Amino acid sequence: MPGLGTSFGRGGATTAQQDLSNADVILIMGSSMAENHPVGFQWVIEARERGAKIIHVDPRFNRTSAMADIWVPLRAGSDILFLGGLINYVLTNNSEFREYVVHYTNAPTILREDFRDTEDLDGLFSGWDQEKQKYDPDSWLYKGAPTRDGGGPQPGHSEAGGGHGKDRGGEAQDAARFEWDTSLQHPRCVFQVLKRHFSRYTPEMVERYCGVSKEVFLKAAEAFTSASGPEKTAAICYAVGWTQHSKGVQIIRAAAILQLLLGNIGRPGGGILALRGHASIQGSTDIPTLYDILPGYLPMPFFEADANKFADYIKKHKARTGLWSGFDKYFISLMKAWYGEGATSENNFGFSWLPRVTGDHSHFGYWLDMQDGKMEGLFVMGQNPAVGAPNARLQRTALSKLKWLVVRDMVEIETASFWLDSPEVQRGELSPESIGTEVFLFPAAGTAEKEGTFTNTQRLLQYREMAVEPPGDARSETWFMYHLGRRLKQRAKDDTRPRNAGLNALTWNYPVEGKHAEPKVSEVLKEINGWTVADHKQLQNIQDLKNDGSTACGAWIYCGVFPEEGRNRANERKPKDLLGHGWGFAWPNDCRIIYNRASARPDGKPWSERKKLVWWDEEKKEWGGLDNADYPKNLSPDTPDDLAKGQGVEALGGARPFTLHPDGVGWIYVASGLKDGPLPTHYEPLESLLSNPLYKQQTDPAAQKKERPDNPYAQSPADPRFPYVLTTYRLTEHHTAGGMTRTLSHLSELQPELFTEVSPELAQEAGLEHGDWATITTPRAIIEARVLITRRMRSLWVDGRRLHQVGLPYHWGYKGRSKGDVVNDLLAISEEPNVRIMETKALVCNIEPGRRNERQQRKESEERAAI
Amino acid sequence: MAITAFLTDSTLCIGCKACEVACKEWNGVGEDGLNWSGYSYDNTGAVGHSTWRHVKFVECAPEPGFGGNAPELNSWSFSSDVCKHCENAGCLEACPTGALVRTEFGGVYLQPDVCNGCAYCVVACPFGVVQRNPDDGRAFKCTFCYDRQKAGLIPACAKACPTESIKFGEIESLRRKATERMQELQRRGMRDATFYDASDSSVGGTHAMFIVRGDPRTYNLPPKPEVPTTYLKKAWTSSAIAAGLLLAGSVIAFLSENRSNGR
Repeated sequence: MPGLGTSFGRGGATTAQQDLSNADVILIMGSSMAENHPVGFQWVIEARERGAKIIHVDPRFNRTSAMADIWVPLRAGSDILFLGGLINYVLTNNSEFREYVVHYTNAPTILREDFRDTEDLDGLFSGWDQEKQKYDPDSWLYKGAPTRDGGGPQPGHSEAGGGHGKDRGGEAQDAARFEWDTSLQHPRCVFQVLKRHFSRYTPEMVERYCGVSKEVFLKAAEAFTSASGPEKTAAICYAVGWTQHSKGVQIIRAAAILQLLLGNIGRPGGGILALRGHASIQGSTDIPTLYDILPGYLPMPFFEADANKFADYIKKHKARTGLWSGFDKYFISLMKAWYGEGATSENNFGFSWLPRVTGDHSHFGYWLDMQDGKMEGLFVMGQNPAVGAPNARLQRTALSKLKWLVVRDMVEIETASFWLDSPEVQRGELSPESIGTEVFLFPAAGTAEKEGTFTNTQRLLQYREMAVEPPGDARSETWFMYHLGRRLKQRAKDDTRPRNAGLNALTWNYPVEGKHAEPKVSEVLKEINGWTVADHKQLQNIQDLKNDGSTACGAWIYCGVFPEEGRNRANERKPKDLLGHGWGFAWPNDCRIIYNRASARPDGKPWSERKKLVWWDEEKKEWGGLDNADYPKNLSPDTPDDLAKGQGVEALGGARPFTLHPDGVGWIYVASGLKDGPLPTHYEPLESLLSNPLYKQQTDPAAQKKERPDNPYAQSPADPRFPYVLTTYRLTEHHTAGGMTRTLSHLSELQPELFTEVSPELAQEAGLEHGDWATITTPRAIIEARVLITRRMRSLWVDGRRLHQVGLPYHWGYKGRSKGDVVNDLLAISEEPNVRIMETKALVCNIEPGRRNERQQRKESEERAAI
Repeated sequence: MAITAFLTDSTLCIGCKACEVACKEWNGVGEDGLNWSGYSYDNTGAVGHSTWRHVKFVECAPEPGFGGNAPELNSWSFSSDVCKHCENAGCLEACPTGALVRTEFGGVYLQPDVCNGCAYCVVACPFGVVQRNPDDGRAFKCTFCYDRQKAGLIPACAKACPTESIKFGEIESLRRKATERMQELQRRGMRDATFYDASDSSVGGTHAMFIVRGDPRTYNLPPKPEVPTTYLKKAWTSSAIAAGLLLAGSVIAFLSENRSNGR
């Protein structure tokens, strides 16, 4: 999550769901929290009942809007314009929390003279390389920071890597050197640059291009910005309604800027809550299933650039000040956990054994390779791409090019049966006889049938025990991966080729138990927590990690979860306060609200009695309060910083709360670490009905369309064939691609069929009948759905004309009790520049009455007639 | 043993239907059928033999600037309906086999193994709650989670509700809570908030009370529910009068015939 990572330091929600009940205002945008996080939503209701105002911004009036005080419908894809409008509202009304902004953000920092804003270059920042289609971010750095020419480290803007790595750019490690103006008046200080950057994001602009009337915008803006200052806080909740855009990271950045200006980070009732869509999605980036990072957001080394240059790799990522000054400790401890005695200082702790990133190995990167016949085999676990991934038709077709496919799931999901009953087979484009893919379907254990942890939306590790044995041959993921690894190691053990050196060196000796030889998951968690190599004692916290190979730790951020033999903190279940201390373990160091040093004034006293959280205890000479301090415990607030020469976190002094940043402050302006600019800028979706009203640059310049014949796009702007905006979403009753819910009668009956939500105005214009069928078309596909005409969908006035939006929940597929067309067939594969996510929330479509086959036949006969 | 009740507060309901699912899971109630209704997000229709908790979705036209919690405008409400467990229960009074009984918690419990499927209870319920299962003809309805209550647990629906929209507890304390809640909602300007208890009707109060916005009829809650047996006295009197009249008529007719015969 580089949106949060670059802004604050860590790619995780800054607060806990329980803490929402402390908020005075909650803005929910890019999420239907009541529908998709109904259990966590109790804290929003709790806040509301305590008097907080709930604002929901969403193209649709959904179950979250139904619980909110203010609903703001907007044009899908215009989020940055809306949030920029809020930022501009704060700046023009001088309603920022000035003392917080001056001390805890980089607003006073002065930028280089050669930096050019999008206002100067019509939608581009300085450094755009038209030929390479990417930014050189040198000119974005702070004035005074060393550049590459000055022998500084290499930036992290490689073409291949995503932005997950360490959630910051390597070249920003010297951001500790800067000049600043605490009066915020210098024309090139971040604050003034920000003012200028958003000066055209006015309420009038929002009205005209978001479709939000000025009156409604001001109502929401006043409500939201009122919760700022020492006595009040506001929280923001978002989900993939922000992430899944061609500029998703920058939408989250805009929220981060807003919260930093209002002084709402690190304080109770404040923060940004990234709502994760699955039980352990946070966990799957912490201990990643991503190709470009290692556990704890350590960047994966690159082919060539990091060939065997261990020292350079460390130098590139180790900062002098802040928590990343321990980069070598985190990395070497990881190598010790993985390679044990094999990792020595002589062999650079096994650095050369790590695989290297050679290109775009993200889901879409390798799926397009698969489609082009460049891949032999694939494991699919916990995923159903035949339904759940964009351009699902291409996803399924690509599967037919594999030699072998392993699917592990609780039921035979669409991905496992694509060769038999996919729409391609039904249409005769593929036939089972001609598909060479050998499919292996492995039964997987369900949640209650295995032991382990979830890391939930608020960085909270929760342990669960096995309730029942899995049936038949079903096994846990841990069992599968452990025994697969064991067998691979067995096969490779006498093979001395260099390619096997890493595999042979890998420690893979977890004890097993039970009749199925299930590995002991608690042993894995103990390794993740880390231990001393010499006497195998569990580590207490991150500060215990060493860079000399004397400690082993599977993920530095999780250190402390298993601090002593027999004490699994993830499995502790005695909550003793509102924030839930005593229940589970939140990384880092069981801080429930991170950056919480910011909840106290620079002098260490709480901003106010009402909003106190962590403060300096003069008697004990330590940070204490209602949460564990996300700060060195004994670093007193009056400790002066030593940014110019100091080392480590201590160099930040006593009043710089964002300890992962080399300058210790929150980044309103991201000097390095993002591929599409230091400030969020409004760009239109890749497929849009409108020209970008603000700049010549239509779309995010660094976003990749991956356009090709099997992944075509509509003309943009305004393709006459596709006159409506399309947005996709989830319903409470089903889970993502439906593998776990469309198979259950009690959930299928609640939402038994795919439907499309349209406004009465659109229904009239397109001739749709309620309850009847509609056909929805994009350049990728044609699908059918039942028509639900509802006033909860609104046609908006945008740029002087009526704009209609079509809503489609995406859960259905061709298996299960409840079946329907695959909505993701309509979407394109595209890549947001930083995390390579696709755009699902704003595209264009056409909608017509009638069923798919009639439409298709009519279209074909029209085409024949035209010939 | 405490006399218990539900208080379902629709101003807190997020329409997640967890109560419907938890009820079915706990009680082993089967599927209703996969029928897309087109009626908002409601595809299970109403309380019946296979749906003992049912979340009703009421759509009104929303306006930009107003969420569903805005006191000025009621836009999309959800309310979880259930058997009312009436004080004067029509079903219980109509049941000829004794399948329907009053429990120690004040609820009305239907014993499926005693039910003979006569359906008298179906027509006697003023709320349309009881329904026969077409497969075996027996009637089914909410058990008030009698088994759970016996074991000291709260009903499955209330347990599953994430926002405490379904409250469960001792009936008088819930009534007090409802009064406080109504005052709070009025204070917030939600003038259309309505408390539904039916205590001033012939059902004599229920063990399932509701707070809704607007007219309770919108949520399948009749304004004056009536137990059919309230008409019993009137009906018997009318029948007696009718029978008397008939008898008198016959006697008169007989006598007058005798007279004409004698002529």
